[in-house]
Amino acid sequence: MASIEIANVRKDFGAVPVLKGVDLSIASGEFAVLVGPSGCGKSTLLRLIAGLEDASSGDVHIDGRRVNDLPPRDRDIAMVFQSYALYPHMNVRDNMAYSLKLKRTPAARIAEAVGGAAAKLGLEALAGRKPRELSGGQRQRVAMGRAIVRNPKAFLFDEPLSNLDARMREQMRFEIRKLHRDLGATSVYVTHDQIEAMTMADRIVAMNAGIIQQVGTPLELYDDPANMFVAGFIGSPAMNFLDARARRGEHGIAITVGGTAFCTLPQSLSLPEDGHVKIGIRPERIRIGASGGEGVDAAVDMVETTGAASVAHLDLAGQPLKVFTTERLQFAQGQRVPLAFDTGHVCLFDGASGDRLR
Amino acid sequence: MLEPYLYSAPALLLITVTTLVPIVIGISYAFRSVMLLDPTSGGFVGLDNFRDLMNDASFWNALRNTVTWTASCVAFQFVFGLILALMLNRPFPGRSIIQPIVFLPWAIPTFLIGMNWSWLLNPAIGPLPHWAYALGLMSTPGNILSDPDYALLGPVIAGIWWGMPFFAITLLAALQSIPREIYEAAEIDGASSFERFRSITLPFLAPTMVVTVMLRTIWVANSPELIVVMTKGGPADASQIVASYVFTQAYQGLNFGYASAIATALVVLLLIYALLLLSIRQMMLRAR
Amino acid sequence: MRGSLRSRTIKWTLHYAVLLIYVVAALFPLYWLVKVSITPNDILYKQGTDLLPSRFSLEHYATVVGKSDFLLFFRNSIIVSGVTAIASTLLATASGYAFSRFVFRGKFWIVGLMLVTQMFPLVIVITPIFSIFGVLGLTNSLTGLIIIYTAFNIPFATFLMQSFFDGIPKELEEAAMIDGATRFKALVQIVAPLTLPGIVATVGFCFTGAWGEILFALLLNSSASTSTFPVGLLLYSTRATVEFGPMMAAGVLALLPVCVFFFLIQRYLVQGLTAGAVKG
Repeated sequence: MASIEIANVRKDFGAVPVLKGVDLSIASGEFAVLVGPSGCGKSTLLRLIAGLEDASSGDVHIDGRRVNDLPPRDRDIAMVFQSYALYPHMNVRDNMAYSLKLKRTPAARIAEAVGGAAAKLGLEALAGRKPRELSGGQRQRVAMGRAIVRNPKAFLFDEPLSNLDARMREQMRFEIRKLHRDLGATSVYVTHDQIEAMTMADRIVAMNAGIIQQVGTPLELYDDPANMFVAGFIGSPAMNFLDARARRGEHGIAITVGGTAFCTLPQSLSLPEDGHVKIGIRPERIRIGASGGEGVDAAVDMVETTGAASVAHLDLAGQPLKVFTTERLQFAQGQRVPLAFDTGHVCLFDGASGDRLR
Repeated sequence: MLEPYLYSAPALLLITVTTLVPIVIGISYAFRSVMLLDPTSGGFVGLDNFRDLMNDASFWNALRNTVTWTASCVAFQFVFGLILALMLNRPFPGRSIIQPIVFLPWAIPTFLIGMNWSWLLNPAIGPLPHWAYALGLMSTPGNILSDPDYALLGPVIAGIWWGMPFFAITLLAALQSIPREIYEAAEIDGASSFERFRSITLPFLAPTMVVTVMLRTIWVANSPELIVVMTKGGPADASQIVASYVFTQAYQGLNFGYASAIATALVVLLLIYALLLLSIRQMMLRAR
Repeated sequence: MRGSLRSRTIKWTLHYAVLLIYVVAALFPLYWLVKVSITPNDILYKQGTDLLPSRFSLEHYATVVGKSDFLLFFRNSIIVSGVTAIASTLLATASGYAFSRFVFRGKFWIVGLMLVTQMFPLVIVITPIFSIFGVLGLTNSLTGLIIIYTAFNIPFATFLMQSFFDGIPKELEEAAMIDGATRFKALVQIVAPLTLPGIVATVGFCFTGAWGEILFALLLNSSASTSTFPVGLLLYSTRATVEFGPMMAAGVLALLPVCVFFFLIQRYLVQGLTAGAVKG
C-alpha cells in the first residue's frame, strides 16, 4: 500500500499537449477514479503512473519515492488493461503466475498465491484454460487475478469494464469495489463512464482537456460542481443548463430566462459584469404540476419512460429542459405545465467561462 | 531513448556496409577508369565513361529494349493478374485448390524459370516451337531465343508467367478489402454487374493499381536475371536491356568503370521516371 | 436468384474454363520439367514433343546424384540459403520490432533508406561489391554470399516482421513490463511466441529469395567448390555437350525446397507482397 503524488506533470505528444500541468495526491488505500471524456488525458496520466509513458516535466512519487526514471517493472504496481492483455499462449494459471515467476518466487509460494487469487475470483475451475476459451467476464477476472497475486503497492485500472455488456459491467463494478474493501490497496481507476465513477470512487478526479477540473467525493461533485463541465458530465440525465440574465435587486439576484422572471438567488453570489449567466438545475430537482413555486411554466414536448421513472422533455422560452421523476406522467404535446423547484438547488455559472459563481 | 536504435542498429549497419557504401562507390567508379585486371587503373577520368556511353549503340539499343521489356512484362502481368484476381474474388467450389496452384509460379526461383522456359522454347527438347510450327506461326520449328528479331520475346513470356501471380495476389487483397455492403447497396439501387465493376471495383482498386504498377515497373526494369539466364542479352545484343548490359559488362568485359557508368545512367533514368510519376500524381491530386 | 438457370450455367462454365487455362499455364512448364527428367535417354529426343513418354526411368536422377557436382552445389545452396534466412530473420525481427513499437528520431529516414535500397537497381553495387569482397577475401566463399544476401533480404524482411508485430497488441508487452519483465524479456517470452508463424514465414521468404539468386552467385563465386545450385545448373547448361535429362532432373531437385517453403508461406503471401511491394 502506498500513496501516489503527482506534482505539476506535463506531457506533450510532439506539439500536442495532453497533460497541461497536473497536481494530484492519492492517499494510501484510497480508491481514486479518473473520469472524463475521451482525449482528456486520463489514460495518459495513468500510464505515467505505471511508467509506460515518460512525463515531459514534473514528478511522480509512489510511496514517497520519485519514480520518474524507474521502468514499470521496478515500480511495484499492477495494471488491468481495457483489452485485459492476457498472454494468449499461456493458460489462466500461468497468466497469473507470470509476474511471480519473473521475481523467481519459489514454486510453492506461487502455487499458493495463484490458488488464493483464483479462489477469491472464482477461477479455480478455469486454471488450465487458455484466454481464448474464456468469456469476456472470465477474462476480466483473470486480469484482476493477475494483478492481485502480486500484492502490489498500487492497482491501476484502465477502463477495465468497457468491453463487457451492461449486466456484466454492473456486477464487476460491485466485485472490484468489494475486492478493494478486502485488500484495501491504493487504486487508480480510469473510466469515461460517470456512473462507474459515482458508484466506485472514494474520490473522483474529473478531467477535461488535460486539466483536472475538480477533485472530491462523488456527492461533492454531484451537488457542488466547480464548473459547467463537471456539472454536465456527472449525473444522468444530465443537468439542465439555461441561458439567463442576472440582475442585482433589493431582495436578491433576479434571474430571468428569455425575458421572464425565473427565480431569485441570494445576494452573496458574485456576478459577471454583463449579467450573462447560465443556470444549472438537475432534472430530478424540478417538480411538475406542484403550485407554490416561482410561477414558472413550460410546454411539454415529449415524455420518455423506463417504467421505473419518466423523463419529460419541456420547452422553456425556447430552451430545452428535462424533468426526471419516478411518477408516471401523462401529458399532451404542447400542454403547458407549472414547474416548482427549490432555489437552493440552482447552480449559477459564468456565461462566458462556465465557472461556478459562488 | 536508446532502445529503438539498439534494435535497429545491426540491420542498419549491415545495409549501410553492403548496400549504401557500395552504391556510393559504384557511382564514383563511373567517373574513374577501373579495369579489373589492370592494377594501374583507377584514375579519375571525368565524364569520359559517359561520353563513351553516348556513342555506344549497344547502350541505346539496350535502352530501347528496356522499354519494350518493361512495358510488355508489366502490362501483361497486370492484365492477366487482374482477370485472375477478379475470378478468385468470389467463393466457388475448388477455389482453395486452384488458388495455390495459380500462385505457384511466383515462388519458383527466377533462374529456374529462365532455364525452364529456354528448354520449353528449345526445339530439341521443348514442345513450344513444334506447336507454333503446327499452328503456322513459324516456318520451321526453330528457337526464338537465337533469332535476333524475336529473342526478347522469350524472356518476356517467362517474365509474364512469373510475375502474373504477383499482381493477382496484391489485387485480390485489395478486392477483398472492399466492403461487401457497398456491392449490396449498389445492387439494391439497380446497378448491373458491369456498372458495379465500373463504379465500385475500379475506383476502389485504382490506388493499389497505380502504386503496384509504378513500383513493379521499376523492379522489372531492374531485373536482368531472366535475360542473363535465357539469352545473355544475345544474340548480338538483340535482347540486351540496360540492367543485363551492366551485368555482362562487369562479368565479361571486366571494365568496371564503364559498367558503373551504365548503372549510374540507369539510376538517373529511374529517378526521372519516379519524379515524373510523382509529379503526375501531384497534378491528378490537384485536379480533384 | 439472379438471371436464368441457363445464363448462370454459361457464366460458371466460362468461369471454370478460364481458370482451367490459368491452371494449365501455371502447371505445364513444371510438368514438362518433371516429364523430361523421367524420360529415359534413348527416347528423349525421339518422343520430344509427346505429352507422355512411353517409358519412365530415374536414370537422370542417378546421374545427377552419382556422377555430378550437383550434390555439392545443393549443399552449398542449403548452407547459404539456410544461414541467410536465419540471419536476416533475426536482424529483421529486431529492426521490425523497433519500427513497430517505437517512435524515434530518424525513424522516417531509416524507413526511407530501407525503401530506397529495395528500389535501387542492384546492378550498380555489383562492381563495388566484387572489388570490396575481393580485397576482403570474400569472393569464392559462402560467407560472402551469406553477407550480401542477408543485407538484400533485410529491408523486405523488416517490413514483413513489422507488419506481424503491428498485429500484436502493445498492451501485451506493457502488461509483461508491469509484471516485472524487461522489454527484451517481454519480446522474447510474450511477443515472439505469438509472432512465431510470422517468423517462420519470414524465414521462408528469405530462404526462397536466397535460393534463387544468381547474379551475385555467378559473379562472386566462380570456383566449383563454392558454387550454388543456380550457378552450377547454369554453367552445366552452357557446356559443349548438353545433357538435358540430368539437367532437368537437377532442376526438379532445385524446385523441391522451394515447394516446401511455398506451402509454408502460402498463407502470408498477401502480407509478404504488401510488405515488400517492390520485391518480386
